Amino acid sequence: MAQKKETREKPAEKAPSEEETKAPAITEKGKELAQDMDKLMDEIDDVLEKNAEEFVKNYVQKGGQ
Amino acid sequence: MRRRIVGIETEYGLTFFPTGKAYLPMEKVIGYLFEEVIPTGWPSNAFLPNGARFYQDTGCHPEYATPECASVRSAVIHDRAGERLLESRLGPAQAKLAEEGFRGRLYAYKNNTDTMGNTYGCHENYLVERQVDFWQLAERMIPFFVTRQIFCGAGKVFRQAGHARYSISQRATHIHEASSSSTTSSRSIINTRDEPHADAERYRRLHIIVGDSNMSEFTTHLKVGITCLLLTALEEGAVLPDLSLEDAVDALRQISLDLTLRSPLKLTNGRRMSALEMQWAYLEAAEHHFSGLTHGVFSALLGQWREVLKWLEKDFTQLADRLDWVAKYQLMQRFMERQNCTLEDPRVSMIDLQYHDIDRTRGLFYLLERDRRMVRLSTDPEVDHAMQYPPSNTRARIRGQFIRFAKEAGRPYSVDWTYLKLSGYFEETILCTDPFASHDPRVEELVTTATGDLYEI
Repeated sequence: MAQKKETREKPAEKAPSEEETKAPAITEKGKELAQDMDKLMDEIDDVLEKNAEEFVKNYVQKGGQ
Repeated sequence: MRRRIVGIETEYGLTFFPTGKAYLPMEKVIGYLFEEVIPTGWPSNAFLPNGARFYQDTGCHPEYATPECASVRSAVIHDRAGERLLESRLGPAQAKLAEEGFRGRLYAYKNNTDTMGNTYGCHENYLVERQVDFWQLAERMIPFFVTRQIFCGAGKVFRQAGHARYSISQRATHIHEASSSSTTSSRSIINTRDEPHADAERYRRLHIIVGDSNMSEFTTHLKVGITCLLLTALEEGAVLPDLSLEDAVDALRQISLDLTLRSPLKLTNGRRMSALEMQWAYLEAAEHHFSGLTHGVFSALLGQWREVLKWLEKDFTQLADRLDWVAKYQLMQRFMERQNCTLEDPRVSMIDLQYHDIDRTRGLFYLLERDRRMVRLSTDPEVDHAMQYPPSNTRARIRGQFIRFAKEAGRPYSVDWTYLKLSGYFEETILCTDPFASHDPRVEELVTTATGDLYEI
C-alpha cells in the first residue's frame, strides 16, 4: 500500500492543466438556467423543420454496429 | 495517475432532407463527405494527420475513431475534434450536391438510434493489463456498465405499442447479451473482441459497446473517467463488490425507463438494489481503494461522481447543465409546457434528434452550450489543434508525423494502428507495437533524411 501511494505522488507526466478537469460545482445553477429560457425556445421553434413529422419519419438509417 | 490508452469510436447518423423531390443514394452523399479528407486512389486507409481514423462504417455511417489518448481530458478533446471534422465536411458536400441538382439540407447526428429502430454505436476502448482475469473483470464491471446510464445516458423518446415514454438510454433496448463477440447481430455490454493493438502478452483490449454517444463533454468525461478509475482499481488488486444481476440485459431496459432511478433490481445473491444504490456501492469501493489520494484526475473524478449521485438522488434536474439525458429532458419539458403538447408530438421527436445535430448553428445541444447552459471542459483552440495534431504522448504522434511527411512528400502510404509503410517494394514496414511510445527513431530518420527537417508535433 505504501508503495502504491508513492507512485501516485510522483509528479504527473504532463502539466496538471492538461490532465485535470475542473467543473463548476453543482449549486442552484439549474434553477438559474431554467429561467430566461424563452428566447432560446423561440430560437428552437425556428430551428425545427416546419414539417417535423415528415422529417422524423424519414430519418431512417441502415443498422450500424 | 497510471497512464492508460483509451479511444472512442463514434458512428454518426447521416440524412439528407430534400427541399425538392429527389431520391438521393446515401453512398453518393458519403462520397462527397469524404472527398479531400481521405486520399483516393491510394491504398484505402483513412488515417488522418492527427492520428485518428475517419471512415465509412457498416451501414453507410461516417465513423470517427479518436487517436490513442493517454488521459481522459485528451479523449474528451479528440472526441469533439471528430465532430468538428465531420461538421466541416457537411457544407462542401451539400454544395456539391446542390450543383448536381440535389437541393436540401444535410444533417449529421451524434446519436444512436433512428425512427425505425435501427442502431449505430459509440464504442469505448480501454487498454487493460492481461494479468487481470478477464472473466472476473467482466463479472465485476458488467453491473457498473448496466447502471452507469443514470449519468451517461443520452436520453430518448421511447415508443412501445404506440405509446411514448422518456427513456434514459438510447442503446438499452438494442443490447441482447452480457458479453459476446458480435457487434451487429447480438450486441452485448462487453464485446469480447481482443485486439489490443499492443503487446498482446501484456495487454488486452476492453471493448465496451453498450454506451450512448454523448454531446456533453462532462458526460463523456464521467463515462470514460470513472470507467478508467474502476479499471485501475481492479488492476491494483481492489475488490469491487459482487453486484451480479440476475438478468443484466433486462436490468438495462428497466433502468432506462425508470426516471425515479430507484426501482429494485434482482441480484444473483438474492438481494435487490436500485441502479442508484449500485452506483453508490461502486463509488464507495473506489473511494476506499483510493483513500490516500488528495489530488489529480482520479481524486477530482471521485468528487464529481459523488456530487452527481447526490443530485441524482435529490433532484436530477439540477444536473441539466452537465448530463445529456437531463438536459434533453428539461428541453422537452419546457417545449411541451409552452406548446401544450405531449411526448407523442412529432416536434418533440424532432427535438430528440436535433439535440444531437453536430451543426453548431442548429444543433440544440450547441445552442445550450452557446448560452452557457452546458458545462464545457475543452476550449476551442484545444479542439482546433486536435483536428490537426495527435496527442503528443502516445503512438498517435508517430503516426501523425509519418502521415504529415508522406502527404507533403506526395508519397503513397499505408497505415494502420500498429504499422506505417511508404508504398514501394523497397520500403520497410515500420511496426509500432507500443501505444505508449510517442517517438520512433526510424520515423524521425525517414523524415529528417528526406526533408532535413523534423515535422515537430
